[in-house]
Amino acid sequence: MTPTLTRLAEQTAVITPTWVRVAELLAAVLFILALKGLSSPKTARRGNLLGAAGAATATAVVFFYGQQYYGGPVKHLPQILVAIAIGSIIGWVAARRVQMTQMPQMVALFNGVGGGAAAVISVIEFLSVHSESIPILTATIFTVVVGSVSFTGSLLTYAKLQELMTSRPVVIPLGRFITIGVAVGTIATAVLLIINPVNSLLWLLLGLSLVLGILLVLPVGGADVPIVISLLNAFTGLSVAASGYVLGNVLLIVAGTLVGASGTLLTRMMAKAMGRPLTNTLFGAFTAKASASTASAEDRPVKSASPEDVAIMLGYARKVIIVPGYGLAVAQAQNTIRELVELLVAKGIEVDYAIHPVAGRMPGHMNVLLAEANVPYEQLKEMDEINPEFPATDVALVVGANDVVNPAARDDKTAPIYGMPILNVDQAQQVVFLKRSMRPGFAGIENEVLFDPKTSLLFGDAKDSLTKVVNSLKTL
Amino acid sequence: MDAIALLTIFILSIFVGIEVVSKVSAILHTPLMSGANAIHGVVLVGAILVTGKATDNVQLYLGLVAIVLATINMVGGFVVTDRMLEMFKPKKAEKEEVAK
Repeated sequence: MTPTLTRLAEQTAVITPTWVRVAELLAAVLFILALKGLSSPKTARRGNLLGAAGAATATAVVFFYGQQYYGGPVKHLPQILVAIAIGSIIGWVAARRVQMTQMPQMVALFNGVGGGAAAVISVIEFLSVHSESIPILTATIFTVVVGSVSFTGSLLTYAKLQELMTSRPVVIPLGRFITIGVAVGTIATAVLLIINPVNSLLWLLLGLSLVLGILLVLPVGGADVPIVISLLNAFTGLSVAASGYVLGNVLLIVAGTLVGASGTLLTRMMAKAMGRPLTNTLFGAFTAKASASTASAEDRPVKSASPEDVAIMLGYARKVIIVPGYGLAVAQAQNTIRELVELLVAKGIEVDYAIHPVAGRMPGHMNVLLAEANVPYEQLKEMDEINPEFPATDVALVVGANDVVNPAARDDKTAPIYGMPILNVDQAQQVVFLKRSMRPGFAGIENEVLFDPKTSLLFGDAKDSLTKVVNSLKTL
Repeated sequence: MDAIALLTIFILSIFVGIEVVSKVSAILHTPLMSGANAIHGVVLVGAILVTGKATDNVQLYLGLVAIVLATINMVGGFVVTDRMLEMFKPKKAEKEEVAK
């Protein structure tokens, strides 16, 4: 131990000093201001920085807690600081390096490790303290279960969004009964553990909870995955609050509860933006029939167009609406589309972007991606604002989007996405799809608009296609 | 602190948590989720507390794992949220307000 660290360890007060508790109060206030700030575009960035300041304050003062917390001076100080350094480097590098398109799964991963940390803390506390107080045991067990579910559930959503596995709902035979069985087993083990707190039962509980997280997320697919990330985020918040109760730490209770409550509300708002009650999101795949309308996609005729055709259609239109989707972002074509729109505007054509609430992979994701490409805010129109304009639109240009323009959500009651509000591109005079292939969208449902006689398809990578369209538009 | 005081803090925090995000606009759903995600990274405090009193190697190593995980959550969460919000430049945000 270096001399400074030794001195710090020796200085650990017997009782937590007042200034430490005031600093904790400050951190709690900063967290509230952070959430408040994040709710408005003007103050969002400052809000996030306030949150970071709160977290830094909380972390700095924890070393000055009284000896009743540490059972003497702080032990293992060098190892603790090294672990913090390692975590900081991993977190920083991962967050700086991630592509903006992959940001939703990064958030899922960060959430998962947070849940994992909460579960591990409660395991340690169980092993070391052997508390027999029923409220403490209950909170400990709650944290282990919810933290573990959040951990494996989040890792699975990461795998789905990163396309390490299929993004479709995975329905295993008798899956519903297996899930219910594991859930009942988890609760039964939890109750036994409260009656008889032995280590073997804890390991069993941990295992069951980890499996439960996987089983709960497996049948969730497609556009519902972001909602599940938000829900698991709220779960982690609650498990952090419970761990705060176990450790007798008020700040953890406040911070965890704030995230749990706001996360739950946010999850409901997201589900509402997709027109689906939360229960459908979570349990939809258990009851959904194998989607009826996926029959024989390859056999049906579609009209394909060349980049020149598309350029002519756009060049002689009066009003064009662009519908950007995740495919645009994957192809890194945001700048090319902006260039195309600038050309069209220069020709006196009225152009707007129609932004579906869940365009991209998360609510608001597309706004972030287009803002990154310096697309002016005024051109971005929200769904309710733009939908009445489609009948008066000459060309709706759909770039890398599919599910959010699929009329099955409006018309086909058997479709898994039925009830989700969509952009009514099928009402435009002409529709152009820029697609890589005939492969259905993220939710895996066939889109009837593709086969409409007024629809043209331009196959290929969105960026290549758009570049070609831009070039032939320049020669018009 | 006694149980009722903790319960009071818990219940009041629920109301504050709901209140502060009740008027968020849809374009900020993702950054807000990400920012809230970073805030629960403060579980690092708990991880440090249990590690700082660890009496055997199992507790110590588990504690260090929890510290690394919690720090990734906290640091990564705030940095990735800041990257998202970098793009919401104040000038544009004002224009957007006017447009509404």
